[in-house]
Amino acid sequence: MDIGKFMSIMISMVFINNFILSKFLGLCSFIGVSKETKPAVSMGLAVTFVTTMSSIITWLIYRWLLIPFNVTYLRTICFILVIASFVQFIEMVVRKTSPALYKAFGIYLPLITVNCAVLGVAVLNSEVFFDNGRVLPASFWMSALQGFFAGIGYLVAMLLMSGIRERLEFIEVPRALKDVPLAFIIASLMSLAFMGFNGLKF
Amino acid sequence: MENPIFGLVLGLCPALAVSTSAANGIGMGIAATFVLLGSNIIISALRKFIPDEIRIPCFIVIIATFVTINEMVLKAYFPALNQALGIYVPLIVVNCIVLGRVEAFASKRRVLDSLFDALGMGVGFTIALCFIAALREFLGAGKILGISLLSGFEPAAMFVLAPGALLTLGLLIGLVNYWQFKKTDSK
Repeated sequence: MDIGKFMSIMISMVFINNFILSKFLGLCSFIGVSKETKPAVSMGLAVTFVTTMSSIITWLIYRWLLIPFNVTYLRTICFILVIASFVQFIEMVVRKTSPALYKAFGIYLPLITVNCAVLGVAVLNSEVFFDNGRVLPASFWMSALQGFFAGIGYLVAMLLMSGIRERLEFIEVPRALKDVPLAFIIASLMSLAFMGFNGLKF
Repeated sequence: MENPIFGLVLGLCPALAVSTSAANGIGMGIAATFVLLGSNIIISALRKFIPDEIRIPCFIVIIATFVTINEMVLKAYFPALNQALGIYVPLIVVNCIVLGRVEAFASKRRVLDSLFDALGMGVGFTIALCFIAALREFLGAGKILGISLLSGFEPAAMFVLAPGALLTLGLLIGLVNYWQFKKTDSK
């Protein structure tokens, strides 16, 4: 794979099509967990890991199971089941092997199952890298990368947001706007800033 | 009324992503209501047979089935709407409203109660979605359902784009909060 493709996926997923700020995927956890920096970053890392792994797994399933048997319409059911069981599995492994790691992001893992970003990236991969059942070249690596950088984009947005919200704790704001509404308005301004990346082309 | 969007801040991703025009808002609202209705009824009918430990995977499979039915119907009869809603149709599976209602309500109540709960929630979701969508369409394109309303009005294109969605929702939730504070203060 050439470096241009790599760069274009990276820039596109992290900045131009940032999952939170321009596609609204994973918004619930974005608003819910971004009050402090530390949990926000742990959540971001956990999401990155899961999106990468689930992109790989769902690609394999889509390519070798759903397409050969011509049942691509079962995509949604298959993907969500695979993601849910994968997350459960990871949770068990992490709990057994590394209690410290489990403490850091274990509690966020179950939340990730119902995070739209994870299913979103799997569905997006199956739409972008397959042309009505035909496999496009190098699509395996590209979907893995797309999953990884979607997670990184999530992490970046999470980090920025939690930094801003930590400072807002000490500022007096109108009572009606406290917390959630204000978070949305900040997200809106961030999204406006990220729109500036729209012109980037390779 | 416990509106799922303004009151409980649930089911946001589809609410924001597809609410660029009132027609899309209605389409998404109906699609989500259908899924909610189907899965609420089935799960409440099966509530005695689903073991407690594996209930979440069971719920997800049932919801995903209805979402798939939904997807196929949309693809067959409303291709234009399907195109507009895009990947947000399969994403109804992970919509917190559906799983939340199923877990909190349908898995414990009779079928009839769950049916009305699903209807209420679905209609509430659709109304909120339509409201946001109509507001955004009006501010961003100067139209509602494709009909121009004011002639001298200069639309701000930002409102049909991503930042406008977040801003509209933030201000609307703020407004709802404001009314609620007013009500509790005057008591």
